[in-house]
Amino acid sequence: MSEPQTIAVEFKRVMKSFGTKRVLNDVSFHIDQGQALCLLGRSGTGKSVTLKLIMALMRPDSGEVWVDQNNVVGMNEHGLSFVRRKLGYLFQDAALFDSLTLYENLALPLSRLTRKSKDEIDDVVHRVLTDVGLGADGAKYPSALSGGMKKRAGLARALVLEPKILLADEPSSGLDRITASEIDELLMRCKSEHRTALIIVTHDVRGARRIADRVAVLDKGNLVAFGPVDEVSQSENEVVRKLITE
Amino acid sequence: MRWLSNLFEFVGKVGLFSLRIVVDSFRPPFELAQLTRQVAEVGNKSLALIVVSGFALGAVMTLHTRNTLVTFGATALIPAVQAVSFFVEIGPLVAGLLLAGRVGSGIGAVLANMRASEQIDAIESLSIDSFKFLVVPRVLACVIALPFLTLFMDFAGLLGGLLSEELSSHITPALYINRAFDYLQWSNFIAPTLKTAVFGFIIGSVSSYFGFTTDKGAQGVGEAATNSVVLSSLLIIVADVVLIKCIFFLFPETAI
Repeated sequence: MSEPQTIAVEFKRVMKSFGTKRVLNDVSFHIDQGQALCLLGRSGTGKSVTLKLIMALMRPDSGEVWVDQNNVVGMNEHGLSFVRRKLGYLFQDAALFDSLTLYENLALPLSRLTRKSKDEIDDVVHRVLTDVGLGADGAKYPSALSGGMKKRAGLARALVLEPKILLADEPSSGLDRITASEIDELLMRCKSEHRTALIIVTHDVRGARRIADRVAVLDKGNLVAFGPVDEVSQSENEVVRKLITE
Repeated sequence: MRWLSNLFEFVGKVGLFSLRIVVDSFRPPFELAQLTRQVAEVGNKSLALIVVSGFALGAVMTLHTRNTLVTFGATALIPAVQAVSFFVEIGPLVAGLLLAGRVGSGIGAVLANMRASEQIDAIESLSIDSFKFLVVPRVLACVIALPFLTLFMDFAGLLGGLLSEELSSHITPALYINRAFDYLQWSNFIAPTLKTAVFGFIIGSVSSYFGFTTDKGAQGVGEAATNSVVLSSLLIIVADVVLIKCIFFLFPETAI
């Protein structure tokens, strides 16, 4: 018997502007636990803003953002701290802490947010680094890592607390096809092994076809298409067709 | 009048930022590991600059003072003048300004770079209070380190003066030290040294404000570094005037 579907993230009529520029205009969608949603769209159409709204790093001008059945809009810092523990975030440029080694980057959230002993933290960090193929690189500083290694390290840090929802901002951008494919494999493993909900901002349509259960296409702040990839591919919207059938 | 309203807005923002630092300093969790790291960063790495500058400044000041005091036949007072001027004013002020240059620019640039590269967002995304984690330890490190660095500057200045005098008049070190501390009272020493904790707070909070709140990407890194040095140096000099008046009020014997 399949598990009942629970909504992992839901946007309800979300608006967000920067000055006079509206980047999200009345956007509504939801994604269930264990599903993968790829956000597609041209640059500057509000994809990264969508992720930051989910993480409550920004607040919408209006509307509601529900994360694991908590409306994060207007929530206080204590509540946000509780919700953020369920989320992992892979930033576009990985955003690893320059002054910490790779090991310390991963150990930091574990030592701060869990009651694990030093040995347990060592085990978890080593396991996650090995999972992303960086088992031997824990002592390195981010400045010594290549672009692909940084992305994998950022993914490792996002996964180290075993989040229910993983947000990834262009996980394969700037990477060669093989490395991008390896990152995609890691993301798919998260989804299949841990029922992690994935929300991925990407320009890589081939990757989106492999990973996504749903795709959402944003254009000039509007959600112009949402649904399974095959369904969205049939859209008559010109932007959607150009993006999906590249 | 727009500039005036912008000025008030800016002063208000920096004031609230500083107030939050004070409040968060007393609110757990206390970031002791970060604080230790920052004290080492601020203190250890500034020590050579402070000592060398103090020594050179002490030597130069003695050379200048000597000419004047010789005219009045008061060369015996050179060590005392050196000690009083260094402990009361030159040491604290110069140490503060040097630290504003070295540490202030560093804090501004590092935090601005962390903002531009989304590292601060990453800290928030890990449920860690980025303000308490990044800003408070840096400010406290400046508050703790600057009085100690000032002491190093004071004694390095005396040492520079001693060397200069030794070469000019062959005074013995024992006599120099004896004369230097003849006119120095505890109030000349403690209050001016402790006032540098306020300078440290100014450097830490102003630099952190510019770095932490920038939203101009890579361009903001340079701006934050420059603004941190300029404003904290200016505020140190202005605060010095106010603090000296306060010291004179609290310790009237220091106001000759």
